[in-house]
Order: sequence, then structure tokens, then C-alpha cells
Amino acid sequence: MTDIGWINAALASARPQALGALLRYFRNLDIAEEAYQEACLRALKTWPDKGPPRDPAAWLIFVGRNVAIDGVRRRGREETLPPEDAISDLGDAEEDIAGRLDDGQYRDDILRLLFICCHPELPATQQIALALRIVSGLSVKQIARAFLVGESAMEQRITRAKARVAKAGVPFEAPGPIERAERLAAVAAMIYLVFNEGYSAIGATASSRAPLCEEAIRLARLLLRLFPSEPEIMGLTALLLLQHARMAARLDGEGNIVLLEDQDRALWSRNLIGEGQALIDKAVRHRRPGPYQMQAAIAALHAQAARPEDTDWSQIDLLYAALEQVQPSPVVTLNRSVAVAKTKGPQAALDLIEPLSDQLSGYFHFFGVRGAYLMQLGRHDEARICFGRAIALANTPAEAAHIRMHLDRLAKEAEPAAE
Amino acid sequence: MLYAVLCYHKEDVVEAWTKEEDDAVMAQLGVVHEKLHAQGKLGPTARLMPTTAATTLRKGTREPFPVLDGPFAETKEQLLGFYVIDVGSLEEAIEVARDLARANNTGGGYELRPVKLYIPGELKA
Repeated sequence: MTDIGWINAALASARPQALGALLRYFRNLDIAEEAYQEACLRALKTWPDKGPPRDPAAWLIFVGRNVAIDGVRRRGREETLPPEDAISDLGDAEEDIAGRLDDGQYRDDILRLLFICCHPELPATQQIALALRIVSGLSVKQIARAFLVGESAMEQRITRAKARVAKAGVPFEAPGPIERAERLAAVAAMIYLVFNEGYSAIGATASSRAPLCEEAIRLARLLLRLFPSEPEIMGLTALLLLQHARMAARLDGEGNIVLLEDQDRALWSRNLIGEGQALIDKAVRHRRPGPYQMQAAIAALHAQAARPEDTDWSQIDLLYAALEQVQPSPVVTLNRSVAVAKTKGPQAALDLIEPLSDQLSGYFHFFGVRGAYLMQLGRHDEARICFGRAIALANTPAEAAHIRMHLDRLAKEAEPAAE
Repeated sequence: MLYAVLCYHKEDVVEAWTKEEDDAVMAQLGVVHEKLHAQGKLGPTARLMPTTAATTLRKGTREPFPVLDGPFAETKEQLLGFYVIDVGSLEEAIEVARDLARANNTGGGYELRPVKLYIPGELKA
């Protein structure tokens, strides 16, 4: 590997730990980021000759801290008095850091860094952008490309998000057990958002967004290393791995969605499926089920089926029923209906989703799925109306094209036989 | 003489490699594997899944042996050997480890790591 290759990998893996610690020292995200940046520049100068330090994160923290303290002192002379509250524990700044790095503190440092990106006032897209910028260290340009916006627009968005985070105040005290659990849940949800932002991309944009999925998996593994016995974090990581395993089969040459049952299963990544399954196996032992574990288990059942007809739909139905209990949502019920249609037929599935028509009256998939059940039941006129609504609500040309395929089939069946 | 070559690295660094970088490393290693294979010197070879997928069974003098999430983290104990087993589930792997622990209940532990890549090699016992 080239120098720049291994140095980039070392810097990327050390970033959350190093930046998290610098944030704890300086209690100011801008100063911490500047310090980290400066430390990285020095790493790029020294590491190629000397080789990687034994502990790159500790190296970056030590150098970054010294650099920033110098900077604050200098600025203090140039401007006014040093902003004392901008720096915490200046006293031990000169101490040798290597011996004092304690795993528990690291864990809270990284969790805090992730947590400030999940501020509830921040809209999802800003949470994602902030996490990619701060925790993953993607450049504004890379993030802008993933979101299909201009670089300056993304710069503004991130600046606004940071200002809001700064105004809200970063929680610096070490969290208690309940607060830590709450932070963990918020961070898990944010990582899932990052993944979905990449996963939901289709068409020409799909390839530029796939890195978001990989980044989310990296963050999930990071979180799992920090909290190795949390079954829901195992479940989240498993869910992301299992969904990402289908990446190569999910879109056709034009970037259109290929439905699960039409996917070429030889393209699914057995490695990712294996790792996802291993994590589910670990999580199940804890007997503390949760929504991520249930969704992961559903994804695993799909992954285990060599052919679509081998899918264990009754088990999937049971898992969706359990998911409905812990996380009631019309979309979960709609998904469950697909399993019900396979096990109990289209009428049972239709009965299940009929009560949802008000809540999902603006939801493309509701009309697509409902139309398919009506079509299976031979109620073609009603199916046609449903598909018409679906097309009107389609979010992408690919979704509309998929529904049009159903309509074409209905039209063909309505034609009298040629002979 | 048989030698086991144990591979160590920082896994968070390896996870930060791009797919292209990972593929390139594996391709370069593949050249070495091929050379060893041609010389009839390659035995069973494995690339393991990340330690996040690991489970550890701690051995004591008596049961129950506790099962913990994550890798075997004790640094005062040394790696003394390994098995490769083919089982249907983590539960079955834990049962195998329990059997081994009963047979040798003198301390230490077993780390169970799913295997990502397995090359059986051609060495005869």
C-alpha cells in the first residue's frame, strides 16, 4: 500500500478517538477540529519517514493538544485575555499522555462526539451531514456530492448545524448509566439514518452514495467495540451488514430497483451475510429483543433463502408481529402484510392493511402493495385505481415504471386472446 | 517442521481501507499463497471476521463457564493453539468450546471467531 493509503486509513480510524478527546479538553468543537487538523498535517510530514506511531490516536491527541494550546496562547496575546473557559485542565497538558489513556473515558469521548450530531432539533439531513463531517471526517465536497448539492450549500448547512449544536451546549460531564443508554439509542438511530441515506439512493446517484452505507457500517462496528454487550447495537450492525450484502443485486444497469424476489442471489455478499448472522446469534443469547434485532432477523431470513420460494414467510410474519408490538407503525404493518399474503393469501393481507388507508393515504408503497393484492384477487378495476394513485405518489421514475409494469399486465389480461 | 503464522493488525485501520485497497492487499497475499501452494507448503489458512463478531468462553475450574461478548482480552495469557470447526450455529460452537473446557478446566479461555475466508491448504498430517 502507498504511504498515503496507510496514513489515510490510520488517520480515519484514529479520528473519532482523537477528536473526541480533543473536544473534551477544549470544550469547543472548532478548536478541537483545528487542533486535530493541525495534528494530521504534522502526521503527514513525520509518519512517512518514521512509520506509524504505536498508538496513532494518542499521538494525534498529544500533538493536537499542544498545537491548540500554543494557538490559544498566541491568540490571547494578539487579541484579549485567553478565554479561560475555552480550555479545560490546562494543568496536565504537559504530562505524558500515553500512560493515562483510559478506555472508559475514550468510550464516553467517542459517544459524545457521535451524540452531538444527534441533537433532536437538527433535521435528519443535518444530523447525517454533521456525523459524516465530524465523526467520519469526510470532506465537505464528498458530503455535498453524496447529497447532490453544491459545495457551498453544504458548507452552509454544516455551519448552521454546528452553530445550533454549539448553542445547545455540548454535554461534557461523563454520563450516568441512564443517560448513556439514551445517548446510545440516539446515536444508533443516527447511524441508521446515515445508512439509509446511502441505501435509498437509486439511479445515477447510487454509486456516489454507496460510501455512506460503508461509513455507517464502520460507525456501527465502532459503537459495538465500545459497547460489546449491547444486543441492540449487535442488531443494528447486523441489520446494516445484511442489507448492504444485497447492494450489488438491488439495482439494475440503469439504477432501477430490482425487487427482492427478482434479485440475482449469487450477487449477495456471503461474507457480510455471515457476519450479520454471527451478530444476530450473539444478540439472541441476551434474550433482550428490540427493534433492530427483529429487523435484522427478518433480513437474515431473506438472506438465508437460496431461492425466493425458500423464504420462511411464517417466521417473517411472526417477527413483524413482534416488531408491531414494540414499534407500532403503519409501515411495519404494511410490510407484515407482504408476509401474510405469502402465508395466508391476498385477502388476509388486504384485511390487515385496510385500516391503514387514512394514515397511509399519501404513501406510494401502500397503493402499490394494495393494488397487487387486489390484482391477485381478480379485482382488476380497483387494482387499476390503486396503481393510478401509486404512480401519482411515486417518488422516483423507477417506482412509477415498476407500477406501470403491473398496469401493462392488467391491460394485457383485459385484451381478448389473439387467436 | 510445521509453523503457524499468526496475523496481527489494528482492525479499525483495516476496516478503514477502501474496498479497492482491501482487494489489492488480498491479491498481493494471493501471490504468496500461490507460491506456497506450488511448493506444497500451504496448510489451513483463514481470515477472521472482526472481533465485534467474537464470543469468548472463560474457563474456570468448574462449570458454568461464563460466555462473554467480544474477543479474549486478557494480555497476561498467551495464544497456545487453535481449532477450526464446522458448526451450524454459535450455540453449537459454544458447546464445542464447553466440551474442550471440561476436558481442560485449568483456566484460560476460548475465543470463538467466525471465519470470513478459509483455504484448506494441502498439508497432510
